[in-house]
Amino acid sequence: MRALSLIAGVVFAALLVQSAVVAAAAVPDDPLASSQWRYMARKYFRDAPVVFDERVQVIAPDYAEDSLNTPVQVSAPELEGVEQVLVFADMSPITKVLDYYPIKARPSIGFSFKVQQATPIRAAMRTADGTWHVGGTWVDAQGGGCTAPSVASANPIWETRLGETEARVWPRANGESRLKFRVVHPMDTGLAAGIPEFFITEVAIRDADGETLARVEPYEPVSENPVITLDLDVRGPLTLAGRDNNGNRFEASVAPSGS
Amino acid sequence: MRHGLALVLGLLASAGAMGQADYYDLAPRQVAANTYVLLGAQENFSFENHGAISNTGFIVTDDGVVVIDTGPSRLYGEAMRAAIADVTDQPVVQVYITHAHPDHFLGSNAFEDVPIAALPQTTEAIREIGTDLASNLYNLVGSAMRGTTAVVPTAKADTEHRVAFGAHELELIAARGHTAGDLMVFDHSTGVLFAGDIAFHGRAPTTPNADIAAWHETLAATQQRDFKTLVPGHGPVVEGGEALAQTADYLTWLVQGFEQAAARGASAAEVMFMPLPDRWAALAVEPGEYRRSVSHLYPAIERAALEGDDTP
Ligand SMILES: [Zn+2]
Repeated sequence: MRALSLIAGVVFAALLVQSAVVAAAAVPDDPLASSQWRYMARKYFRDAPVVFDERVQVIAPDYAEDSLNTPVQVSAPELEGVEQVLVFADMSPITKVLDYYPIKARPSIGFSFKVQQATPIRAAMRTADGTWHVGGTWVDAQGGGCTAPSVASANPIWETRLGETEARVWPRANGESRLKFRVVHPMDTGLAAGIPEFFITEVAIRDADGETLARVEPYEPVSENPVITLDLDVRGPLTLAGRDNNGNRFEASVAPSGS
Repeated sequence: MRHGLALVLGLLASAGAMGQADYYDLAPRQVAANTYVLLGAQENFSFENHGAISNTGFIVTDDGVVVIDTGPSRLYGEAMRAAIADVTDQPVVQVYITHAHPDHFLGSNAFEDVPIAALPQTTEAIREIGTDLASNLYNLVGSAMRGTTAVVPTAKADTEHRVAFGAHELELIAARGHTAGDLMVFDHSTGVLFAGDIAFHGRAPTTPNADIAAWHETLAATQQRDFKTLVPGHGPVVEGGEALAQTADYLTWLVQGFEQAAARGASAAEVMFMPLPDRWAALAVEPGEYRRSVSHLYPAIERAALEGDDTP
C-alpha cells in the first residue's frame, strides 16, 4: 500500500512538472460564467490541468432558503481514481469550503454550507493523473450566512456538548456502505464581530484495523453542527476521529445497522 | 438586512411617480352574498407580480366592511380599498389578519384608521420580525413595496364569541399548524370559511413556520365544520372541503417521504432532487416549494434517523 502511494506520488510530481509547461494558458472558459473563475483556478489548481467534466455532479438548490444551512451533494459515479475532492464557492468571503480524500470510498459527499451571497458552488476532483475535473452550480441567496454568529456562540451551555458525535452506517450493495455523521460544533467563521474562527479541521474515518478509509477536512463555511454523508467501498465497524483548530479532539465508533 | 433597507430607500426615491394602479389590478369576485375575494397569482414572489400571491377578501355589511388580510404592501392595501369603494359606499370598519406571513399582512399601512385584529401569536410575530419580513420582501418584489412598514395589529381577535356585523354573524377560529397562530373567519350567514393558509388549493403549501402535526389536527377539525364555500389562502375558491383534503394529503406525503429518505440515509440535497409524483409535480410553484420544505423540515427528521429512531 505504501509503495503504491509512493509510486503514485512520483507519477503525480512528474505530471505536475510536465503540465506546468503545457497547461499554464489552458484554463477553460467557465460554463457558470463567474467573474472569479480565473482567480479560483489560479489559486487552487496553479498549473495543473483543469477540465470541466459532466461526470462531476454538484446538486444544490438554486436559492438558499436557509443561508446558514444550504445542502449540497457532490458525486461522480462514473469518474475513476479520484484522490481528492475540493469544494469551493467563488463568491464566498472564505472560498474554500471542504476537502475530501476518499481513500477507500466513492468520490461522493453530502453536507450543508453557509452562503453569504449568490455564488457558484463547485467540486473539483483530482484524479491520479493530476487532472482536476470540475463541476458546479449556482446558488442564489439573500445573504448573511458567513457573517452571522453561530447559535452556539450565544449559548455557552453548548460547550459541554462540543464534539459530541452521532453516526450511522447503512449497508449498500456490493459490500459498500453509506456513513452519515453529525458533530456538535459551532463552526464559527471568524467573520462575525468578536467571535474568533473555531471550526473542525479534520475527521478521519477508520476501519476496525485502524486503516483510514476516508478523510474529510472541513473549512469555516461548513454549517454549524455539520451533518456529513459519505459512501464507503467497504462495510463494517468504523471509528471516527476528529479535531478542530483549537486542538480539541473527538472520537466515535459506529457499526452497521439493519440488514 | 441592512443592505435591503438601503436598497429600499433608493427605490423610494426613483419610483416616486408611480401609484398603486401601476402595480395592482384588483378585480373583486363575488363568491357569496356580500362576500368578495381578490385572488392572488399562483406564483412565488417576483418583481412581476409585486408580491400579490395570496388571496384577500372582504364582506360588505350594514355595519360596514370587514376585511380579511391586507396583501403584501401598502400600495396593495390602497388598491384594495379602492376596489372595495367600487363595490360599496360602506366604510371599512374591521380588519382581520389571518397570520404573520408577509403576503397576508403587509398591506395594513392602508388600514391604519381601522381596528386591526389578529391572534396574539400573530401580533407577537409581526412585532418581532415584521420589519425583517418587509425588508426581505423589498428585495424580492422591488418598488411595489415602497412606503410599506410592518403594522402591528391593534386588537385581539375575539375567538370566544360570535361577532355580528349587520346581518353577518362571524365566528373567529383560533387555529395553528401553518404558523403558531392561524386565524380562520367563518361567516355563518353565508357558509363562507376564510381559511387563510390552513388551506392551499392547487398550489404547494409553504412550511417555513409549520408544525405539521398541529396542522393536520386543524385540517381534520375544520373538515368537520358545516361550511359551504372555502376561501383558501392561495388558489381558487372552492365549494366543500377539497382544499383541506388536498393540503392534508400533501403534508402527509411530504413528511412520509422525508422519513423514508432519512431512514435510508439520504442527504438533504439528494432529498431536494428526488422526483415528485405527478399529482404533486402538477401543483403551482413545484418543485421549488418542495425544496424549501426540505430546508424547513428535513434536518429534524434526518437527525432523528441518525439517532436510530426510525427502527421499528
Ligand atoms: Zn402563510
